[in-house]
Amino acid sequence: MTDLPDLAWTRSRDFRASPFTATPVSRQEWETLTQALAGGMFTMMSLWGEEGAACMALHDPLTRRVAVARLAAASGVFPSVGVHHAPAQRLERAAADLFGLVPEGAADARPWLDHGRWEIAHPLGAASANPGQPTYRFLPVYGESLNEVPVGPVHAGIIEPGHFRFTAQGETVVRLEERLGYVHKGIDRLMRGASLARGAELAARTSGDSTVGYSWAFAQAVEAALCVAVPERAFRLRGLMAEVERLANHLGDIGAICNDAAFAMMQAQMSVLREKVLRAAQEAFGHRFMRDRIVPGGVASDLDAEGEGVLRALVAEVRDRFPPLVDLYDNTASLLDRTVATGSVSADLVRRFGAGGYVGRASGRDFDTRRDLRYAPYDMLKLDVPVQAEGDVNARVWIRIREVEQSCSLITQMLNALPRGALRTDVAQAGEPREGLGLIEGFRGDILVWLSLDAEGRIRRCHMRDPSWFQWPLLEAAIEGNIIADFPLCNKSFNCSYSGHDL
Amino acid sequence: MRRFLLEGLIRPPLTEAAPEPDAAAVEALGQAFAQAGRETLGRSLAIRQVDAGSCNGCELEIQALSNPYYDLERFGLHFVASPRHADVLLVTGPVTRNMAEALRRTYDATPGPKWVIAVGDCAKGGGCFAGSYAIAGGVAAVVPVDLHIPGCPPDPVALLKGLLALVERMRTGTGTG
Ligand code: SF4
Repeated sequence: MTDLPDLAWTRSRDFRASPFTATPVSRQEWETLTQALAGGMFTMMSLWGEEGAACMALHDPLTRRVAVARLAAASGVFPSVGVHHAPAQRLERAAADLFGLVPEGAADARPWLDHGRWEIAHPLGAASANPGQPTYRFLPVYGESLNEVPVGPVHAGIIEPGHFRFTAQGETVVRLEERLGYVHKGIDRLMRGASLARGAELAARTSGDSTVGYSWAFAQAVEAALCVAVPERAFRLRGLMAEVERLANHLGDIGAICNDAAFAMMQAQMSVLREKVLRAAQEAFGHRFMRDRIVPGGVASDLDAEGEGVLRALVAEVRDRFPPLVDLYDNTASLLDRTVATGSVSADLVRRFGAGGYVGRASGRDFDTRRDLRYAPYDMLKLDVPVQAEGDVNARVWIRIREVEQSCSLITQMLNALPRGALRTDVAQAGEPREGLGLIEGFRGDILVWLSLDAEGRIRRCHMRDPSWFQWPLLEAAIEGNIIADFPLCNKSFNCSYSGHDL
Repeated sequence: MRRFLLEGLIRPPLTEAAPEPDAAAVEALGQAFAQAGRETLGRSLAIRQVDAGSCNGCELEIQALSNPYYDLERFGLHFVASPRHADVLLVTGPVTRNMAEALRRTYDATPGPKWVIAVGDCAKGGGCFAGSYAIAGGVAAVVPVDLHIPGCPPDPVALLKGLLALVERMRTGTGTG
């Protein structure tokens, strides 16, 4: 391999406090980086299009640094990364749909987000009338007595829409192919030219279950780009909200996974706990999902003494009621029979895909941005990142169980040392174009926001990468060889976002 | 396991008293119910939820309706898996262009008499996503809407009030058959 290009590798403490410098690379350097990715030297954190350029964010797990490489693609083409490194494939297809950027040599040239139903094609590039799309062709499957089962986009439960194409041999799934993009709302384009306040509004509505996470990642990117010093108290309140959000989602997920294994009682019990969390959020922060509470520069609402009491009582209640439910989970053989050894994902796959959150950690990927790419207030807190090796549904349940315990501990730590002071700093324009990176640990995994601002502080480009981008493809791997009836269970144990992915 | 079952017997239920049906919604639904009587529907309504492009926030609160605090089923309202079994479509989100056809087909698959309740700020005109190339509009841009429940997302009580307005109308409906 030729020498690796010299990228501006940046430590988290630096990119969280100051603008990010993307490194311009040549075509050849881009290809070298692709080889390095394929060889497992770095993790790809995202890949996205810009006007006349393709970018990728890389993470070096050894030095814990992040770099962004930018390849000018004035001619509208760039060498495909996905052809050598599969995690890039869907991101490239999305960039092709949105910008008309063609990944040269890509193995899969099918559209991803563009279903041929928008009036314009390449809405962020040289937008033109949409010629429509030919019928979407699912990948062919060859073999004896195969049957195809199409599911969605409208699903049977109260969940988001997407299409799953199963090919089964008898009961056993030979292949699952996902087709997503149904809830594509055009957020990238709505972001273009938007004010920061409007950007924050959109970020908070990108994935409803992670509204705190998205608001925080967006705010981080703004604050880094414009060198905003956020007050200490605001950091802590953000941390509290993020852990409350994690609690609500994990509790809901544990119940829902058990429900999909026909153990409805756990669902009832967990939904009670989840409701208690949401009510506490309403009382403490004024909204059940804490939407729009994190804003660039700080937070929009304070926590009073009463709110502190509510959160303490919540933690006490979870600590009291959760352990017996964990025991129940662990001692119900019929339930474990469904979750153990079901939907396994190998350690190699999660590493290659850089899958974050419980999907990665349940298969041995020991990574958490709260610890490994630290940001306030987690730099002052004690956090144990749980990791399991098995990679099955059961392991993904256990990671959530452990993270519920961790969140309780973090909330207590933060409440015990809550500084007084301001909630928000004014966000001043820089008078020049700036770029910033936001990267936080949502309940599902790491959420990345890349933000380009113009001299007036308006958004030129905002790319938000949901953790699901690197988890959805692994669900296809997880279900292989399992029976179709176990799909809801596997799917729930991943609980990927549709809206966060489709944007 | 036994402990939880026992607790279930001795603890008071968590389920809370029903909120008053939303008066404005009862009013709004008057029209819709003039055509279908109580006889047609009995005392129960089957609801099919359709996410036509939401951020998933609205779904989370709709899911919460089934938790023990709100216990939707006590009102004779229950969620069904197929539009063919449904009386009511509960539709969320700005309708994305990629979902418009699926929503229309779901509506067509629902037997009459049927009602559509649009849930959430986005469901009215597209909310904060209005104007995007990828958005067809609010729910009413694709299927006829009988009631809109605002909020981002509407909390479970707001959802209950709207749904109870439907039940209220059904109870007092004049029923022209
Ligand atoms: S109304 Fe709010 S919660 Fe509901 S889909 Fe729209 S943004 Fe999400």
